[in-house]
Amino acid sequence: MSNPRQNRIHFSYPNSDTLLLTLRGAWSLHDGLMTFTETEKAISVTPNIKKLTFDVQQITHWDSSLVTFVLRILSYCSSRHIDVDRTHLPDGVQRLVSLATSVPERQDARRKVIHEAWLARIGKKVVVTFEGGREMVAFIGEAAQAFLALLTGKARFRRSDFLLIIQECGAQALPIVSLISFLVGLILAFVGAVQLQQFGAQIYVANLVGLGMAREMGAMMTGIIMGGRTGASFAAQLGTMRVNQEIDAMTTLGLSPMEFLVLPRMLALSLMMPLLCLYADVLGILGGMVVGVTMLDLGFIEYCHQTQATLSLMDFFVGLVKSVVFGILVAIAGCLRGMQSGNSSAAVGIAATSAVVTSIVFIVVSDSILTVIYDVLGV
Amino acid sequence: MDAKPHIAIQNLTMAYGDIVIQRDLDFTIQCGDIFIIMGASGCGKSTLLRHLVGLKPPSRGDVEYAGESFWNADVQRREGMMRRFGVLFQSGALWSSMTLAENIGLPLTEYTHLTRHDIREIVALKLALVGLAGFEGYYPHEISGGMQKRAGLARAMALDPEILFFDEPSAGLDPISSRHLDDLILELRDSLGATIVMVTHELPSIFAVGTNSVFLDVETKTMLAVGAPRTLLEESPNPQIRTFLTRGETT
Repeated sequence: MSNPRQNRIHFSYPNSDTLLLTLRGAWSLHDGLMTFTETEKAISVTPNIKKLTFDVQQITHWDSSLVTFVLRILSYCSSRHIDVDRTHLPDGVQRLVSLATSVPERQDARRKVIHEAWLARIGKKVVVTFEGGREMVAFIGEAAQAFLALLTGKARFRRSDFLLIIQECGAQALPIVSLISFLVGLILAFVGAVQLQQFGAQIYVANLVGLGMAREMGAMMTGIIMGGRTGASFAAQLGTMRVNQEIDAMTTLGLSPMEFLVLPRMLALSLMMPLLCLYADVLGILGGMVVGVTMLDLGFIEYCHQTQATLSLMDFFVGLVKSVVFGILVAIAGCLRGMQSGNSSAAVGIAATSAVVTSIVFIVVSDSILTVIYDVLGV
Repeated sequence: MDAKPHIAIQNLTMAYGDIVIQRDLDFTIQCGDIFIIMGASGCGKSTLLRHLVGLKPPSRGDVEYAGESFWNADVQRREGMMRRFGVLFQSGALWSSMTLAENIGLPLTEYTHLTRHDIREIVALKLALVGLAGFEGYYPHEISGGMQKRAGLARAMALDPEILFFDEPSAGLDPISSRHLDDLILELRDSLGATIVMVTHELPSIFAVGTNSVFLDVETKTMLAVGAPRTLLEESPNPQIRTFLTRGETT
């Protein structure tokens, strides 16, 4: 059979007002649907057709493709007041056709696509943005309330949860923080070395790396790592809990999700961040030292001395304050997006993405503000 | 109905690691049967279903479809056989990031050469069959649980499968919706000529649609009886089966 679709249908006119469709062969979805144009033509060439009937004796196999074809004929003929005699169709087809037509389409079911003017769309976006800002402020307020409750000893959460989160966002982040901060130290040293070597001042690589890591890069890199790692995981976890109605279950029991879920996460992250940051500082300086000792012919002791002479405790303190702020912000971004998450798997994905984006924006913006404040204060 | 075996479960033992769920299951399902897998909660009904549809390999034994070994076949052959199944999962398992039309259309786009227009028409037919005409553009979370289940059924039927598997189709539905679903299943079996395998412990459903059944026992970890539910109720000497089928209300 060269073209199985061609020979499956044959038209004849037993009476002047009757069209007989002889169907044969196998009607399978895998051969494609029957085109309707020939049937349409066969019906329309004889305008006085009042009745349409079928002969299906030679059909060997049928599936949805035949049912779809019959439904097409039905809807075409009903608009032209042609009577369709279904009694000769296979039993199953008759039943499926009546099943498909038994529940009429709900009038309000189909969606209307409404095209809005661009001004209206911009307006809506602005409203949504403001609404988002309001939600964020409300969230921060609630988190602050929960924190107050904690200070007065009224906040309730499970200690084991808290310790588990500490482990997840503390110890388990060490490998990635080590790798990234070591390499950042290395990169800083390289960039500085190229310039400073021209003046024979390669010893100042130690100053550059030390100050850069302690005041800025240690906190910043840890913040961004934790935003991508822990912020996303907070959002995904809380989002999935929302989808599974776990958060609703908590609320109905009178347990505040803010105290039970958000507070331990914020506490854990803002406690662990300065520790990770300090660790990143040390690893970054180590990275710089590797470049200094192996490529710039600086002595190990010499490099240590220079670093020690440059860095004051204040420099570390400045970085640590930043890291605490970043920790709180990353936790807020992650928890906020998780709690806001919609009710589907796609929404959880969006929540996780949005948590990372929000974390990074928060980190960079707050870093700029803090740097300006430090400058004004002269630290 | 021509009584030739469609699915043969042979000496099947199911286990998670060392924990045996059910052992030595051995029964056949005839073409055109509405076969009920029943038993108390936790006896391994859904696990058995996972073995039948190819989601979990058995620790011993095999399943045969129309005389062909399923678990000894190579992966490609097995996937070919799986394409002839339709599965309705417990909570519908619709893909939540896709509209109903995309949910039903996906298997059609992947496994047939139909044009987009043709697919749209088939999708409309399948949705009409389950009473959801016009809901093409909806996302699963925008419709009720009962509608999600019916949409899941429409997706299971997308490729005109020879065997339909249902995992607790009426769980979470009100009695009327559940009854409608039973009627729909019966109607589809009669018109499509499909074999239906159903996990359920809804007694009204079991008696209304089941033509044959197997009872899995949670204590002895094996099957206790095979037979039409009504026959089991009237004739089974086993007190556990009688208690189950009468909800423990009579002696």
